[in-house]
Amino acid sequence: MKQKEYDVVIVGGGPGGYTAALYAARSGFSVLVLEKLSPGGQMATTGQIDNYPGFEEGVDGFELAAKMKKGADRFGVETAFAQVEEMELTSTPKKLATSEGVVLGRTVILAMGASPRELDVPGEREMRGHGIAYCAACDGMMYKNKTVVIAGGGNSAAADALLLSKICKEVHLVHRRNELRASRIYMEPLKNSNVIFHWNTRVTGILHEKRVIGAKLEDVATKEISYLPCDGIFVAIGRVPDTAILKEQVTLDSHGYIQADETTRTNIPGVFAVGDIRSKPLRQIITAASDGAVASKYAEEFLNGM
Amino acid sequence: MSYITLTNNNFQEHAQQAGTPLIVEFWAPWCGYCRRLGPVIDQLEEELQGTIKIGKINLDDEPELAERFEVDTIPSLLMFKDGHHGELLVNPGSKAEIQKWMQEV
Repeated sequence: MKQKEYDVVIVGGGPGGYTAALYAARSGFSVLVLEKLSPGGQMATTGQIDNYPGFEEGVDGFELAAKMKKGADRFGVETAFAQVEEMELTSTPKKLATSEGVVLGRTVILAMGASPRELDVPGEREMRGHGIAYCAACDGMMYKNKTVVIAGGGNSAAADALLLSKICKEVHLVHRRNELRASRIYMEPLKNSNVIFHWNTRVTGILHEKRVIGAKLEDVATKEISYLPCDGIFVAIGRVPDTAILKEQVTLDSHGYIQADETTRTNIPGVFAVGDIRSKPLRQIITAASDGAVASKYAEEFLNGM
Repeated sequence: MSYITLTNNNFQEHAQQAGTPLIVEFWAPWCGYCRRLGPVIDQLEEELQGTIKIGKINLDDEPELAERFEVDTIPSLLMFKDGHHGELLVNPGSKAEIQKWMQEV
């Protein structure tokens, strides 16, 4: 990739990133999307999306991502499969060092999204891919007729438990509280499922040989330790924003999300934050897309004032 | 893009071949993360035109090959050079990660 200057450089090719790209390109700006793997981000790993309007039968996340990219491509958006290694966001133009070379942008839209939160217990990192998983929709089939543990008690954990209960021999849901914090849509089917609940309990370790063979559990109140034999452990305890690369440049909230209001403007002029990476009340495909459109407006304002 | 469908029958022939390195992707039709690798693998093949071959092993069809190379998560990549293979790359998160792994094999 040659060193080239773009009006708008977008880091991350999820729904927020490609919506920003579409809007900015339609306003006549040169736009580059930097995506490390493939369009769609978290959305691309979701098989069935029923809460993005316009698809009466729902839509596959990977396909929706491909459509969003193609829609942006039509107006001249460029995409590079590049990992951003360093950003200089306060310089003019802004400078991004990537695995495919240096990229310059008059504005930068940060759309890196979020990744699954880890349990942070012994054995977890080593066994990732050997019995530790973070996506039931992706890896569930690997545990057909086997025994699995799900750690977590929110919407993702509830959805994972329901899905796995249809595939696995035995499903254990381990949650540190005494009730789920999941939406009602999951509650009734879960009550009628064969999922075994372990309330007020947390996973404190992974038992393994070459693969996971069990979970070490701790009763939150009594601190009593027990062991639950299993073939796999699905971790569904939320997400963390991918903001590590920003270092000290952009102001983050106490949870590590970028502080930007509804205008998507960050503390640095010409730098915007869209989608799951931004501090916001609801993280959905449609709110990410909405952020993208808004960011394009304010990027345009910034570029016109330059 | 063109890739070789590897099976228990033709695997040996392709993997043992000297010369052009072979990258093998273990995948399955139901694997969401596998699809995400597609665009990057296509691009790598295009960029490295003729200097690598890409083969795919469907885990559902070829459980013996998966077992032989201890693949229990997909997507996973394995690279063969002159009949030998390097480390298994499990669920790479970026094109850059694949490129780095290729250099180390």
